[in-house]
Amino acid sequence: MTTKMRGLLGACALTALAVPATAETLTIATVNNGDMIRMQKMTKPFTDANPDIQLEWVTLEENVLRQRVTTDIATKGGQYDIVTVGNYEVPIWAKQGWLMPLEDMGADYDADDILPPIRDGLSLDGKLYAAPFYGESAMIMYRKDLFEKAGLTMPERPTWDFVFDAARKITDKPNEVYGICLRGKAGWGENMAFITSMAASYGAPWFDMDWKPQFGSEAWKKALTDYVTILTEAGPPGASSNGFNENLALFQTGKCGMWMDATVAASFVSNPKESTVADKVGYALAPEGEKPAMWLWAWTLAVPASTDAPDAAKKFVGWATSKAYTEQVAAAEGWANVPPGTRTSLYENPEYQKAAPFAKPTLDSIMSADLKNPTTVEVPYIGTQWVGIPEFQALGTAVGQQFSAALAGQASVDQALQMAQQIAEREMAKAGYPK
Amino acid sequence: MARRVSDRRRWTFTILAWLVALAIFFPILWTILTSFKSEADAIASPPKFLFFDWTTENYAEVQARSPYFRHFTNSVVISIGSTLLGLLIAIPAAWSMAFQPGKRTKDLLMWMLSTKMMPAAGVLIPMYLLFRSSGLLDTRFGITFVLMLINLPIIIWMLYTYFREIPSEILEAARMDGASLKNEIVHVLTPMAVPGIASTMLLNVILAWNEAFWTLNLTTSKAAPLTTFIASYSSPEGLFYAKLSAASTMAIAPILILGWFSQKQLVRGLTFGAVK
Amino acid sequence: MATRHQKSLARLMVAPSVLLLLGWMIVPLSMTLWFSFQSYNLLSPGMEQFIGFTNYKYFLSDPAFWTAMANTLMIVGGVLAITVIGGVVLALLLDQPIMGQGIVRILMIAPFFIMPTVSALVWKNMFMNPVNGLFAWMAKAVGAQPIDFLAQYPLMSIILIVAWQWLPFATLILLTALQSLDSEQMEAAEMDGAGAWSKFTHLVLPHLSRAITVVILIETIFLLSVFAEILVTTNGGPGYASTNLTFLVYSQALLQYDVGGASAGGIVAVILANIVAIFLMRMIGKTLE
Repeated sequence: MTTKMRGLLGACALTALAVPATAETLTIATVNNGDMIRMQKMTKPFTDANPDIQLEWVTLEENVLRQRVTTDIATKGGQYDIVTVGNYEVPIWAKQGWLMPLEDMGADYDADDILPPIRDGLSLDGKLYAAPFYGESAMIMYRKDLFEKAGLTMPERPTWDFVFDAARKITDKPNEVYGICLRGKAGWGENMAFITSMAASYGAPWFDMDWKPQFGSEAWKKALTDYVTILTEAGPPGASSNGFNENLALFQTGKCGMWMDATVAASFVSNPKESTVADKVGYALAPEGEKPAMWLWAWTLAVPASTDAPDAAKKFVGWATSKAYTEQVAAAEGWANVPPGTRTSLYENPEYQKAAPFAKPTLDSIMSADLKNPTTVEVPYIGTQWVGIPEFQALGTAVGQQFSAALAGQASVDQALQMAQQIAEREMAKAGYPK
Repeated sequence: MARRVSDRRRWTFTILAWLVALAIFFPILWTILTSFKSEADAIASPPKFLFFDWTTENYAEVQARSPYFRHFTNSVVISIGSTLLGLLIAIPAAWSMAFQPGKRTKDLLMWMLSTKMMPAAGVLIPMYLLFRSSGLLDTRFGITFVLMLINLPIIIWMLYTYFREIPSEILEAARMDGASLKNEIVHVLTPMAVPGIASTMLLNVILAWNEAFWTLNLTTSKAAPLTTFIASYSSPEGLFYAKLSAASTMAIAPILILGWFSQKQLVRGLTFGAVK
Repeated sequence: MATRHQKSLARLMVAPSVLLLLGWMIVPLSMTLWFSFQSYNLLSPGMEQFIGFTNYKYFLSDPAFWTAMANTLMIVGGVLAITVIGGVVLALLLDQPIMGQGIVRILMIAPFFIMPTVSALVWKNMFMNPVNGLFAWMAKAVGAQPIDFLAQYPLMSIILIVAWQWLPFATLILLTALQSLDSEQMEAAEMDGAGAWSKFTHLVLPHLSRAITVVILIETIFLLSVFAEILVTTNGGPGYASTNLTFLVYSQALLQYDVGGASAGGIVAVILANIVAIFLMRMIGKTLE
């Protein structure tokens, strides 16, 4: 062997030794909302403490992410080590045995600190199957200046009648001020999220205890009629294609008097860099009819059972949803930018309460969410603005299409409800309900 | 006899053509302009056209957020790879169908085109399962192969059409001069067909570059091209138009530049061989 | 005058492509066919059973099925009409002596290079939005009521967006075909006193027929499976107004991971697409001879 060869071999050997033998790569699938994106930039403390773990991020839009992750997990494709899933999927997947229970998360993880409605929604048989990264409920954001001008005061939790009345009073269509903006775009996570929650507060469930669809009921008729009426009278044009983003844009450019939607919107509309009405926003809890309108959603990190790096994955999940992480974000970008809605300790923190004026309504909203009893009658499913059955994505979208047609004036409320009933009966029969 | 064109006629047509071109290009122009706006300006109404605070914060954020270069490399490898692979298989096939047509050639061509008619959504799960079992998920080779297969019918069709335009007498003359088949294809046919091959290549690179179903579903991170890069910017919650515009501009710029430079080839190539 | 040796060589050269496409077609296709007869849902694995034609019956009896079929054909027809006619007009325009031809050409081709999702988003939010969009602003500027494109004319809006994307393709192919037109013939016709219109119908159009055929064939293949634009703008709504077959397969089957249903829908779509293709070939196949 020549000296050069020996030298080369030696260098190779040294390099081989230098690389830790247990270098693991964690492929993390996440949704592209602000908090997740922020997390991707803040992983230094984790990688410093765990030099043998490499992080590989796959960021996708919510619907694409859901489809990809579900396909992969269901076919045991093994592409992801950590997945971001909502509290809609977790109970369904946990039952299938697709997720690893998150036990032994470390002494200072403090799983009991997680807000009870969220923790219960993510657990099966007392074991936590996903760690909540971010939680939200719904609230009404309204323009304090417009309310003042009309001589109205928003109660802490208004009734639907109050909301409709106020919307009519502050509408000024010639000047492009619309009393209320609500979701209208067809989709199970778009208009149906809002309508499901609203209908439940009117006492209208999706199914009765025999799994029969209930769209023919009086309560549904009243709920849908009120929805279509108020948006036609006091809503913006084109409401039937408006989703969260379109309404956000409308509110931020000053065109909405009120907007009921996810609590995450509060941080956007109060951001002076994006919103022209940042300093004029007030917050109230979601309206109540027979019952308060409920809404509970959490983006969570879960570990698929088919992963090849379970310990590393659990370590990361534990770190990303820990109290230490929130403190890190607070130090770097302020308490207002901390991922909301997951831990009681966050809401007891006076600094957070100071920095986020919408903290208390958010907490109250989340705590009032009851996944098992969303409406006045007993129901065989769980879910507040969604229904926890696998068929809901397609069913919700199909029904959502009918309701958005009613809003667009292309079908009457009765026709829309009839179609919805027909579609639901068909789908449920095919899926074999009652099971 | 040279055709004298009046100056007025020239000017009228020039203005007309420019107006139409700008109207068609306008949405893209808007996207590029929006990429330099802040998110608030992007949704402002009345829409701000040129007078706003120009900023490059969107590009900075896009760069910081995702490995543009890796996605870019993947896109280049996948698009060019699938096109070259496709050409390798298609040129002999198109030659044989154009110059040695059999009774069944037309049917064969139609059948090939019909393989494109299966909606991808219907065949997604079988493909995913196949890929999973063969370990091809999230590999450049896997996605290149799939893109080659879905575009192969188009490549064969276009080449077939171009080859049909080439007068077979030239090829026969070469044959009679004693050229072997290989020589015939490489030294006689190919030079004459270069414009056609070039435009087929360009069309396929574009189709592969923009393909957003299989690329989103069969790749994860290592082999993910620019289509996934863009997909991470359209969010259902939160403003993103300015950032999406920046990401899109970064994604189409290479193709626009490629199109600009290969314009002449494209135009000559599509002249169906009749350059007299 | 091919020798037998050449004939077999020819067959050999076609072989790889045929084999590959055959494999590409047969393997997933047969899996899809197999799944279509099962009640296979990804979310309840291990419960598959043979259910015969139930998936097909279900898909064909979907209240949206006939509307989706009609919409599919309308999208194809509408976009073809706009792009072929528009393409011919633009090609004629570009064929004239213009200054800065290169730039004009690139400007006109550009829409073809953009990802369909992005262009759909741009059209939806920046142009068609009845409150903040450009069209609304233009309408308000002249005192008219802004039109809510996506709610009142969903299918037309989709056709418009897709046509915008494909117009460059058609224009380019037609333009280059135009440029191979024999100018001597044109001048002879002129000297014979033929007017512009009759020159067009008797000389230009026939010459373009082959190019038009290619445009129609290629575009039809892609237009039958328009998907991204619908997903991003209207999600198939309102009602079923903008749902086409591909979207129906997606929303009814894929969204709930009903592989059996999605497979059956896919097979139905293939059969229908083949019928359309056969019709097309009958009508315009002769020009390809």
